[in-house]
Amino acid sequence: MNFRIENAFQTTRRGFLKGGAGLALAIVTPVMADTPAAGPGLAGSTMVDGEFSPSAFIRIGTDGMVTIVSKHLEMGQGVYTGLATLVAEELDADWSKVKVEGAPADAKRYNNLFWGPAQGTGGSTAIANSFEQMRRAGATARAMLVAAAAEQWKVPASQISVKAGVVSHAASGRKAGFGELAEAAGRQAVPAEVKLKDAKDFTLIGRSAPRVDSVSKTTGRAIFTQDVKLPGMLTAVVAHPPRFGGKVASVDDKAARAIAGVTDVVTIPNGVAVLAKDFWSAKKGRDALKIEWDESAAYRGSSDAIVARYRELAQTPGLAARKDGDAEAALGAAGKVIEAEFAFPFLAHASMEPLNCVMKLDATGCEVWNGEQLHTGDQFALAKMFGLKLEQVKLNMVYAGGSFGRRANPQSDYLLETAQIVQAINGRAPVKLVWTREDDTRGGYYRPIYLHRVRAALDAKGMPVAWQQRIVGQSIAAGSPFEGMLVKDGIDMLSVEGASTLPYAIPNLNVDLHTTNSEVKVPVQWWRSVGSTHTGFATEVFIDELAGVAGKDPVAYRMALLDKHPRHAGVLKLAAEKAGWNKPLAPSKDGAKRGRGVAVHESFASFVAQVVEVTVQKDGTFKVDRVVCAVDCGIAVNPDVIAAQMEGGIGYALAAALTGSITLKDGVVEQSNFNDYPVLRINEMPKVEVHIVKSAAKPTGVGEPGVPPLAPALVNALHAATGKRIRTLPIGEQLQTA
Amino acid sequence: MAKINLNGRDVAVDLPDDTPLLWALRDGLDMTGTKYGCGIAMCGACTVHVDGQPTRSCVTPLSAVAGKKITTIEAVGEAKVGAAVQAAWQKLDVVQCGYCQSGQIMSATALLASNPKPSDADIDAAMSGNVCRCATYVRIRAAIHEAAKTLA
Repeated sequence: MNFRIENAFQTTRRGFLKGGAGLALAIVTPVMADTPAAGPGLAGSTMVDGEFSPSAFIRIGTDGMVTIVSKHLEMGQGVYTGLATLVAEELDADWSKVKVEGAPADAKRYNNLFWGPAQGTGGSTAIANSFEQMRRAGATARAMLVAAAAEQWKVPASQISVKAGVVSHAASGRKAGFGELAEAAGRQAVPAEVKLKDAKDFTLIGRSAPRVDSVSKTTGRAIFTQDVKLPGMLTAVVAHPPRFGGKVASVDDKAARAIAGVTDVVTIPNGVAVLAKDFWSAKKGRDALKIEWDESAAYRGSSDAIVARYRELAQTPGLAARKDGDAEAALGAAGKVIEAEFAFPFLAHASMEPLNCVMKLDATGCEVWNGEQLHTGDQFALAKMFGLKLEQVKLNMVYAGGSFGRRANPQSDYLLETAQIVQAINGRAPVKLVWTREDDTRGGYYRPIYLHRVRAALDAKGMPVAWQQRIVGQSIAAGSPFEGMLVKDGIDMLSVEGASTLPYAIPNLNVDLHTTNSEVKVPVQWWRSVGSTHTGFATEVFIDELAGVAGKDPVAYRMALLDKHPRHAGVLKLAAEKAGWNKPLAPSKDGAKRGRGVAVHESFASFVAQVVEVTVQKDGTFKVDRVVCAVDCGIAVNPDVIAAQMEGGIGYALAAALTGSITLKDGVVEQSNFNDYPVLRINEMPKVEVHIVKSAAKPTGVGEPGVPPLAPALVNALHAATGKRIRTLPIGEQLQTA
Repeated sequence: MAKINLNGRDVAVDLPDDTPLLWALRDGLDMTGTKYGCGIAMCGACTVHVDGQPTRSCVTPLSAVAGKKITTIEAVGEAKVGAAVQAAWQKLDVVQCGYCQSGQIMSATALLASNPKPSDADIDAAMSGNVCRCATYVRIRAAIHEAAKTLA
């Protein structure tokens, strides 16, 4: 899910169909979602339920409250605030009177403009695809409010100004709030064209409007899926097979049914669900089940064996993903070849809110409450399963307690599981599926295991003349509705992005790929920053190694190779300056070793460089002291949200770098909860400084791009401190065993 | 049927006595501000105050809190320290996804109630049981210092 997805849904619709999602997508045509029902130039029908509704994205009540409808999921990344900022900027609204609600599933009005006719949130596209659309929606509403005032006051519209939710006419001293004008605005013709502001006139964009969800999320009032309660609702807890691909052979549910509160026990394709009036009774029921599993088709691989197999595959050429010059020939001709192998484990997303979904089925259709990230795919999957029309599947998007990609499941896994349970009880009651933390950790759809083998040769000046990078791992897109869009000539773009796009000027640069889906049967999925989680690490650690062999400064070495990539160079230079790269690190008082490392990486069309400072004790334990981060994401719509996403991306990446690892042994996931899948805690969080490059370029995303540079910069810092180079993640105790 | 004092009000919960307080609050009393994150007291999302002490409600059975005073995120702002913590959280825009923040605020409030001027080390000690996967830790630390300042 990256910027290359642009319009791919439109051009490779068959790819979507291949996943069996259904035919109906073909009849969905994207339209300009800011076109009101009445259409441009038509007046008289933009009042809906007593509110001025000039577009699918805005409602203004007679009380002056401005409701902005977000087509994207708020999962922490600040998109509600960002989209509202764009609308409010052009509307000249009073920020304190702006609220945001989630859009329903309706790809005709709420499609992601980078995804063609599909609605969803991912690939750090939310602000990027909405930037002009939301501003135009705001400007349209503003023009109609102004027209209403001009009509009432009998003055030319050109003499009317709008500021912070007040429409005024200076000459006559007349003023009115949006609420007073809402009804009259609803009767105005919708302008066919509106003029957007010049950047110099922005009053909200670039100024860090406070988050719209801060109050509800600090008072316990914000509603997540876990908090939805419907009359008569039952809670379902599921016993899943211990190995992927296992099936229920037989179930003894006598003890489960004997538990007070348990109402139903039903077998579904991927396990046995126990339903009860409350979670605890359902969980007790689940734990009391005695199930015989049919594991004849279950996957029994182990992480160690997978890595060993990948190491073998890495010795033979794969499919070419990039071929500049001839790296093999150049390596053969070189006197000295530098070689390294990088290995990456499975990673679980481990959002704070374990997966869950609320669903109701009745004669009119199916209604869902969910931290909904992939509206169109989920709508198709549910419509297909229940034999419903698309519009009979109503999706209510509520806050997601994190996702990091997991709630955008291309197979609609947990939604279909909920649907199977609802169907198994014939829609008798609404159902809330609740995965426990253990279910969530063991539920698959991980960041895949990858192994990279990289070889390079340097010229007499120490600069690289050849770079051969071989990547081995599962394809995320293969077999999903996204395959047609993302897999080209056998290459899943998600497997190679960040390596195939290496910015460094190297004449012979080859990247090739082995895809292992025929051998490894573990469900995999995008995980915050997707391919760049591993390619960013391998490339930025290896370039550091080359700088070391060449005896050059790591920043200067990279800069010398970035002539044609000014935005990479820009963030690298800024991060280095702000970190004081050219001054020595202050020594540790107790004689511990200190080190500083750097990395720069582009993902989702945003550019991020980070400098990491570490202190390593004699016993090999270490602490990350400080991270200096520079980001270029075009126009900074909300600098404080951008800073927060960099801080959070750094923390999320640091957790993975330090300890993140899901391992399989004989097909069984060895981890279960935060005790054995540790995540970052406050005592491990470094100081973080974020610096944003001033830019007039169109805004790009920030949800993911803060992640990739952290791990390589950290490993490079540890090398600077200790001379030991870590090439296998997580870092764990590798420095202690040296 | 267990009786507790919830946010200043005596209430009865119609759930078995072994039900964890977390699920009694959420499913029995429709108080959903307190969150489920791990079920084994490893993440702190379920933190409430029991007689003023920060407590992981996911591993605290109803039977253990009968007759005790429970304060949850819904009412923590009625006291001065809780209100200052919420205000600091809002001022610094600490939240991202927000799911863990009820627990963070309950732990931070308990810290400031017993230690009005915590050092960074005090904050680490008191808050390291509360996980935030969005890693809002830089701001949690700053907001605790900010709340301490407004309370001084």
